Amino acid sequence: MISLSQFLIFGAILFSISVAGIFLNRKNVLVLLMAIELMLLAVNVNFIAFSHFFNDINGQIFVFFVLTVAAAEAAIGLAILVTLFRNRRTINVEDLTAMKG
Amino acid sequence: MKLVYLGVILGPLFGGILAGLFGRQLGRTGAHTVTILGVAIAFALSLYSFYAHVWGGLPTFNEAVYTWAASDTFHFDIGFMIDHLTVLMMVVVTAVSLMVHIYSIGYMQDDPGYQRFFSYISLFTFSMLILVMANNLLQLFFGWEAVGLVSYLLIGFWYKKETAIFANLKAFIVNRIGDFGFLLGIAAILMYTNTLDYATFFDRLPTLTGVTVEYWPGAEWSLPTVIAMLLFIGAMGKSAQVPLHVWLPDSMEGPTPISALIHAATMVTAGIFMVARFSPLFEMSDAALSFIMVIGAITALFMGLVGFVQTDIKRVIAYSTLSQLGYMTVALGASAYSAAIFHLMTHAFFKALLFLAAGSVIIAMHHEQDMRKMGGLWKYMPITFVTFLVGSLALIGFPGTSGFFSKESIIMAVNGSSLPGASFAYWSLLLSVFITAFYTFRMFFLVFFGEGRMDAHTRSHLQESPKVVTIPLILLAIPALLIGLFAIKPLLYSGFFGQSISVLPGHDVLAAMQAHYHGAMAMILHGFVSLEFWLAMAGVGLAAVMYLALPKTLPALFARVLAVPKRILDGAYGFDDFNNVVFAGGARLLGRGLWRVGDVRVIDGWLVNGTANFIGFTAQHWRRIQTGYLYHYAFVMILGLIGLMTWIVFLR
Amino acid sequence: MTLYQFLFYAFASSAVISAIRVVTVKNPVHAALFLVLTFFSTALVWVLMEAEFLGIVLVLVYVGAVMVLFLFVVMMLDINLVPLREGFVRNLPVGMFVALVMVIELGFIVGPQSFGLSIYPAPTAAPAGVSNTLALGSELYTTFVYPFEIAAFILLVAIVAAISLAHRKREGVLYQNIDAQVRVRREDRMRIVKMASSTPKSAEATETKPSENRRNTP
Repeated sequence: MISLSQFLIFGAILFSISVAGIFLNRKNVLVLLMAIELMLLAVNVNFIAFSHFFNDINGQIFVFFVLTVAAAEAAIGLAILVTLFRNRRTINVEDLTAMKG
Repeated sequence: MKLVYLGVILGPLFGGILAGLFGRQLGRTGAHTVTILGVAIAFALSLYSFYAHVWGGLPTFNEAVYTWAASDTFHFDIGFMIDHLTVLMMVVVTAVSLMVHIYSIGYMQDDPGYQRFFSYISLFTFSMLILVMANNLLQLFFGWEAVGLVSYLLIGFWYKKETAIFANLKAFIVNRIGDFGFLLGIAAILMYTNTLDYATFFDRLPTLTGVTVEYWPGAEWSLPTVIAMLLFIGAMGKSAQVPLHVWLPDSMEGPTPISALIHAATMVTAGIFMVARFSPLFEMSDAALSFIMVIGAITALFMGLVGFVQTDIKRVIAYSTLSQLGYMTVALGASAYSAAIFHLMTHAFFKALLFLAAGSVIIAMHHEQDMRKMGGLWKYMPITFVTFLVGSLALIGFPGTSGFFSKESIIMAVNGSSLPGASFAYWSLLLSVFITAFYTFRMFFLVFFGEGRMDAHTRSHLQESPKVVTIPLILLAIPALLIGLFAIKPLLYSGFFGQSISVLPGHDVLAAMQAHYHGAMAMILHGFVSLEFWLAMAGVGLAAVMYLALPKTLPALFARVLAVPKRILDGAYGFDDFNNVVFAGGARLLGRGLWRVGDVRVIDGWLVNGTANFIGFTAQHWRRIQTGYLYHYAFVMILGLIGLMTWIVFLR
Repeated sequence: MTLYQFLFYAFASSAVISAIRVVTVKNPVHAALFLVLTFFSTALVWVLMEAEFLGIVLVLVYVGAVMVLFLFVVMMLDINLVPLREGFVRNLPVGMFVALVMVIELGFIVGPQSFGLSIYPAPTAAPAGVSNTLALGSELYTTFVYPFEIAAFILLVAIVAAISLAHRKREGVLYQNIDAQVRVRREDRMRIVKMASSTPKSAEATETKPSENRRNTP
């Protein structure tokens, strides 16, 4: 059988890949957003794994809410992206330094 | 009886509130009708209580009528303690107040603040009754402050007059100093005996014996002395004893009925009453009693001396009030509390009479108060003249008048006292008898005899005052003349005050005097051959020589020969200058220093602007870490995450 | 190797490989499509863990809605990809190093020594007829009904926010403004000008002439 630790390592690998993705694609906001979706997915995997092994439905409830918030976040993030592109004609992170101190 | 006592208090209160809040609707007549009615009810009920307690044999009433706040072991009550001392004070207060109310109809006739005036004096009567009827220190303090407040309002009654505003501020501030001591005393009582109730406090007094308070190492004071001193400091402020007397002469800026009611007859005697009320406490401390006696003697002697040089008729009487308060204080110090209260009562009547008579003169003179512009008034205003004479005789203690009995008793009591300072007080009082006689008759002769020095217009209008003025004068002249004759035996020598006043056997000078007392008539006869009488007569004679026989030359000669003492007296020993320069000036200097250094430099410079500058300076450098690049923030977050995980895995 | 294990390894490796492709491919469209694959594979892993409802929801909501939204945006925006790829190679060692450190450290935390089968034995499979959806739903609508409502509200807010952010006012579009039409008043449309029917010629002439004369004289 598959142990709990194998599921958790699967989640950890997904998480690490998305962290690496943030490093690699640090200029493309679009891919950054995708990496964040990936991170949330990795976290959800952990929740479901624990829920399965501890036989506790609350983990799945939590995943449900994470999905809800992630969907909302993705929608708003993309809307901001569209507005940004419309105004600046770019989504290059290098050019977005309005908050520089 | 509870309803009767409540009626005494609430009558003036309702009168005052009605006249104060609805004065415009009531009109002038309505305002004085309701207030006089309220005070008349209070007077009638006071007389009834007096009758019920003294002849009816009613026991001491000591009960709370309302609990204001209760906390664990403390009770803050509103309650009455009615014993012989209280009923006597109630009658004196309401009687004088009633006379002053009636008198004010005439005196304040043309004043625009008519309703306001009546509201104030009724409120004053209410506050004073609260003060004397209290059964606990908190209520006493409330009354104490309330009479102070009304006094402030009334001294500044003519609030458009610069000097009146200055005088009422002065009265308020000087009283604050005394009240601070008083409040500390109350706090000490609460701290050490856990109660503010009179009866409980007196029961617990024995526990204070031998307790000491250490201010700094080596300075241990016995607790009863400390509390008694603190309470007496309050009395010094209210009863205008040196050095807190400076407000009383200035308080003459107020209307004359107020000077009579508040600044002669009742409020200023609150301190005397309070000390008498706390006689069990004061008896525990010889040091405090000596202190009281010396302060009183200084006040009696030196404040009387200032009366020599005053030209304002009201200020002369004001200084004589100070001097007479000194007499009462000396009596308290000699443990002759009954004598002090006796003098308080007679003084209330004859001094109110003198003030009101002076007010009558002032009305006739069209509000001119300078005695140098009066003279020869006796033929124009006979009633005022006679009543003024009665008041003056009582003031100098002419045998047979009320003042004679009380003053004589005090002097005898001091003579019998064995406390340190008693002989100083005795000689001061004797000298003061001469002084009192001189300045009183100097005033009397200047006002009523000699040639008229007023201008022609005033002279043509001179006439006796209306009936509302003269009737109170006559009504006050009767007790001023006679009350001593009837009251001396019951008040001093037959245990009238019973439990209200307690005196240690060793201090009881009145008991010693009782052996030599053979009735009022014998006392009068003895009075004619006593030293005091001849001193008084010498004073009157000197005044007569100076101001009747040789008014042109002799006073001027004296002024030239005694120029230096006169200048000292003109400046009232420089108390005012000293206070202005040292205390007021010092406070201003301190304030300016605190403003320049504390406020501008420390608070504004370092704390307010300094904080802003520091933050600005720091932010100037730290803003550089905010690059604005998204991935820098992400990178730092991930570094933190890795660090956290490393800590969890390897280091924990 | 049982079928269960085989399926897990197959889906997991598919998910990991496609996740790697998500962060490495050049074209964002491809990245999005690989992300879809990752979601699909992960959903199947969830199904293996008896979270059938969430697996289906992941496919429906994520693949069906969110990822399509991503694709829309990627295709709609005319993005110049060249500058966005700058520094990819330079960052590769750093990114790989960080990922590796993380995997190792997470492995220490969640490794078999703390979450192995000996510590947490595999749960027995749920008997036939037990509905994961029913269990989830009954929890959601009883214990978690208020958070559920709040989540719904968050979604609503997200919709409104997204629309208001991305919505663009177009200039020059003609449309009927019923609101304004209804509110219009007579005075807005028509102005009545009062005029005298005629002016006496002589009066006008006498009035204008002197002024004209004055103006003309130098």
